[in-house]
Amino acid sequence: MERMRIVRRLFMDCKGNVRTNIELQLEFSAIGRIPKFSRNYMGIIHHIGRYVLWISKVFKRPEKWRIYRQRIFEEVQNLGYASLGLVAIVSGFMGAVLTIQLAYNIDSPLIPLYTVGLGVRDSLILEFSPTIISIILAGKVGSSIAGEIGTMRVTDQIDALDIMGVNSTNYLVGPKMIAAIICNPFIVIISMILGLVGGYAAGILTGEVSGNTFIFGIQYWFQPFYITYALIKTVIFAIIITTVPAYFGYHTSGGALEVGKASTISVVYSIVIILTFNLILTQMLLQ
Amino acid sequence: MIELKGLNKSFGDHHVLKDISAQFHKGQVNIIIGQSGSGKTVLTKCMVGLHDVDSGTIEYDGVDFASMSFKEKKSIRKDIGMLFQGGALFDSMTVEGNIMFPLSMFTDQTLAERRARSQFCLDRVNLPNAAKLLPSELSGGMKKRVAIARAIATNPKYLFCDEPNSGLDPKTGLVIDQLIKEITEEYQITTIVITHDMNSVIEIGENIQFIYEGEKWWEGSKEEILRTENKEVVDFVYASKFMKRVRADLAK
Repeated sequence: MERMRIVRRLFMDCKGNVRTNIELQLEFSAIGRIPKFSRNYMGIIHHIGRYVLWISKVFKRPEKWRIYRQRIFEEVQNLGYASLGLVAIVSGFMGAVLTIQLAYNIDSPLIPLYTVGLGVRDSLILEFSPTIISIILAGKVGSSIAGEIGTMRVTDQIDALDIMGVNSTNYLVGPKMIAAIICNPFIVIISMILGLVGGYAAGILTGEVSGNTFIFGIQYWFQPFYITYALIKTVIFAIIITTVPAYFGYHTSGGALEVGKASTISVVYSIVIILTFNLILTQMLLQ
Repeated sequence: MIELKGLNKSFGDHHVLKDISAQFHKGQVNIIIGQSGSGKTVLTKCMVGLHDVDSGTIEYDGVDFASMSFKEKKSIRKDIGMLFQGGALFDSMTVEGNIMFPLSMFTDQTLAERRARSQFCLDRVNLPNAAKLLPSELSGGMKKRVAIARAIATNPKYLFCDEPNSGLDPKTGLVIDQLIKEITEEYQITTIVITHDMNSVIEIGENIQFIYEGEKWWEGSKEEILRTENKEVVDFVYASKFMKRVRADLAK
């Protein structure tokens, strides 16, 4: 049954009409002889090459610094300030859950209870605040950027900028990237603080850890480099969160359907790239 | 004046523009007509520099635009105004913001000067009270008029209009056509209009170029296009029953 379905899909078009020999020959000659995994790799290499060429335009000199500065302030408001509410909620609950889970798992009398505070602090600083918050921002901010730039593309607004002589990539993407580089470290630091506050509150409210023990734990054996490590990751993730969705939006063609697809695919790619860079940076910085 | 000489453009194996040579005159409404897929939009995109050409020259008052670098093209682009099919107004800006945008980018005018110029352009397109509106609050015809106001804000020498009255009722379409003609004559602009609409051709067309399968097939005035015997042009111009009746009347 399954085999029949595949054969039908191969030899009939979407309307159920049988495809001609010429159509099939063209399709096979174009893609049939290339193994599927090679095609996927070629697609990725194509995107990487195009992304690198495109992103170089972001670093060109802006036409008017005054307008560029103004756009950066607007984007700080759109990408940074507007994300604070979501980040606060996620961070508070994240810290609270971490505290309860750690306290629940520490049932040996040999392990002191202040390790809950220590564990929550290190988990938040090293991983949860920079990486999880960046992934959440990739969903919130990334889809908005891809949607905005994609819509501008399909409604000729980007062409209008190009014809005027404006470097559209620099004008549209540069301020977003700079705003995210400025804002995201602050957002991540706020997330760390709120996560610890959430953990502290959860410890007291559930009676699992006393306030003094938790505070002793978060102060115990503190490594300032962890903050530097988290902020380095955040800055790299900020560049990914803004430029990858902008790339997909910028290269959209068609209509509303394609803009929606670009928005979805940009979030998927951003998350995968963030996770990949997370691994690379962790290996490089914490070795 | 804009002059094209031996323009060729291909996408892969698909040869879209084939050796196109044409002249578009100053102070006239030059019209490019042709069927869908004949290459009109690609030709316009090549002319404004959105596509690079494979061979040939595009001369703006004797200066070859096609061979210029990206930076050099900026000097010509500042003299180009473009009216897109959907208006292409920036959604995040008010009407005034849209019109002031090219002035903010490329002039050192003060805010008061830019505001005055914006209001002047809005008055010119008969939208004196639209400055504070957003594009989403405008009708199709109003959007086109704001797009014209934005296109003329920097006093362009060349104006490109891509299907200026598509999606508009015939009366509003006529208003837009008249506005384009008036502005062309008033400011002595080289205007190029791409259209399917024979009403526009008859109403404002002075120098008409017919593109057929990527080639410049025919050229003439609006009087000539009505009387031509060229089969492809006749098939295009007299495609509707109404136009066939017009042709029969002309023959009488």
